[in-house]
Amino acid sequence: MEKNAALFQFLCRMGDNTLVLGHRVSEWCGHAPVIEEDIALANTALDLLGQTQLWLELAGTVEGKGRSADDLAFLRDVWDFRNLLLVERPNGDFGHTLLRQFLFDAWQNIILARLTESRDQRIAEIAEKAAKEAAYHVERSSGTVIGLGDGTDESHRRMQAALDRLWPYVGEMFCGDAADQTLAAAGIAPRPEDLRSAWDAHVNAVLDAATLARPDSDFAHKGGRDGTHTEHLGYILADMQFLQRAYPGAAW
Amino acid sequence: MSLAPPSPAKIWGWLDTIPDPEIPVISLVDLGVIRAVEWQQETLVITITPTYSGCPATAIINRDIETTLRQKGIENLRLIRRLSPAWSTDFLSEKGRAALQRYGIAPPHTAAGPKSCPRCGSENLEKTSQFGSTPCKALWRCRDCLEPFDYFKCI
Ligand SMILES: [Zn+2]
Repeated sequence: MEKNAALFQFLCRMGDNTLVLGHRVSEWCGHAPVIEEDIALANTALDLLGQTQLWLELAGTVEGKGRSADDLAFLRDVWDFRNLLLVERPNGDFGHTLLRQFLFDAWQNIILARLTESRDQRIAEIAEKAAKEAAYHVERSSGTVIGLGDGTDESHRRMQAALDRLWPYVGEMFCGDAADQTLAAAGIAPRPEDLRSAWDAHVNAVLDAATLARPDSDFAHKGGRDGTHTEHLGYILADMQFLQRAYPGAAW
Repeated sequence: MSLAPPSPAKIWGWLDTIPDPEIPVISLVDLGVIRAVEWQQETLVITITPTYSGCPATAIINRDIETTLRQKGIENLRLIRRLSPAWSTDFLSEKGRAALQRYGIAPPHTAAGPKSCPRCGSENLEKTSQFGSTPCKALWRCRDCLEPFDYFKCI
C-alpha cells in the first residue's frame, strides 16, 4: 500500500477508535451507579475525545484535501469509519462497559508506548501526550475489573458474562494488513501482531486477580478496521452527527 | 511602531495575572501551560501546551490569553500548540502549589497520592475516586477530619 494512504488509514483507525469509544462512554453521563463513577466515565470520555481531535486533525493534514478533524468526525458515513468492532459494542451494564474499557485500555496503553518511538515525529508527539492519559485509564479499568470480578457472586457472574461476550472482539486488535506492513517497514507504527504478547501478559494477570476465566476460543470478529461495521455504528453516528447533518457548519 | 514592544518578561507578568478557568486561585503561568513567549519580528508568539488532550478549559485558556494581550495593546499575536514535551505536573510553579494547598486542593505529590490533608494536615488518607471534578484532579478523603478533598493528580 502507498505510504500516504496507509498513514491516513492508520490515523483514522486511531482517531475513530477513540471517537467511537469516547461517544459510547459519554452515554453514561448522568447514569452511572454512583457519582464518582459518573465523573470518572465522563472524564475518560473527554480524554478519548481530546485524543480523537489530535489523531483526526493529523489525518486531515496527511490526506491533504483540507478536511478538518470535525469534518472527518461528523461528515463521514459508516463505511469510512475504521474503528475496531469492540468499541462500537453497546454499553450493556456498568461491568460490561468497564470490561470493554479494560480490553481497549490494555491495548491502547501498549500501542501508544510503541508509537512514542515512531519515526513520524507528529505521531510520536500525539502518542506521548495520549500515553499519559491511557496509563491512567488502564490503571483504573484494571482495578475496577479486579474489584468487580473478585467481588460479590453477582458482580463476578456479570463480569464473566461480559468477558465471554466481548472476547470475540479482541482478536481484531492484533490483525495487521498491508497498510500496517507498510507503516511497520517505515518505522512509523508497530505491527498489530507484535502487540499481542504484551497485551496477553497484562490481561492475564488482571483476569487472574479478578478470578475471571479467560475464554478458550480465540475466534475473532473482524471488519471494523476496513469499514465493515456492525449495525450499532449507524445508530451512534445518527446520534453523534445529527447536528452537523441537519445544520451544516453550525458552531458554538 | 514608535514604542519598543513590551519585553517577554513583561508579557510573562501579564500572563501571570490570568487565572486558570477551572482553578482560579492559580494563574496560567503557575499551571505551566505556557511554554514560551517570544517576538518573531512584529508578531508575539505564545506557545501553549494542553494539560489533558480533552480538557475543555484549553479553548477558554486560549481565549483568555488572547483577550488579555489585546487589551494590553498587542496587535499581532499567534498562539501555537505544543504537544511535546507533554504537560506534566512538574510544570506547576511553587507559588501555584502553595495556592492550591491554601484553596483546599492537595498539590501533586506522588503517583500514589497526596502528602497530607489540605485542611488538617493529617496523613491518614484514602482515595475515593481516580477522577475528580476536572480531568486534572482525583477525589480523596481525610480519615481524621473526615473531609473530602480534591487532589491535583500527578502526571
Ligand atoms: Zn483532614
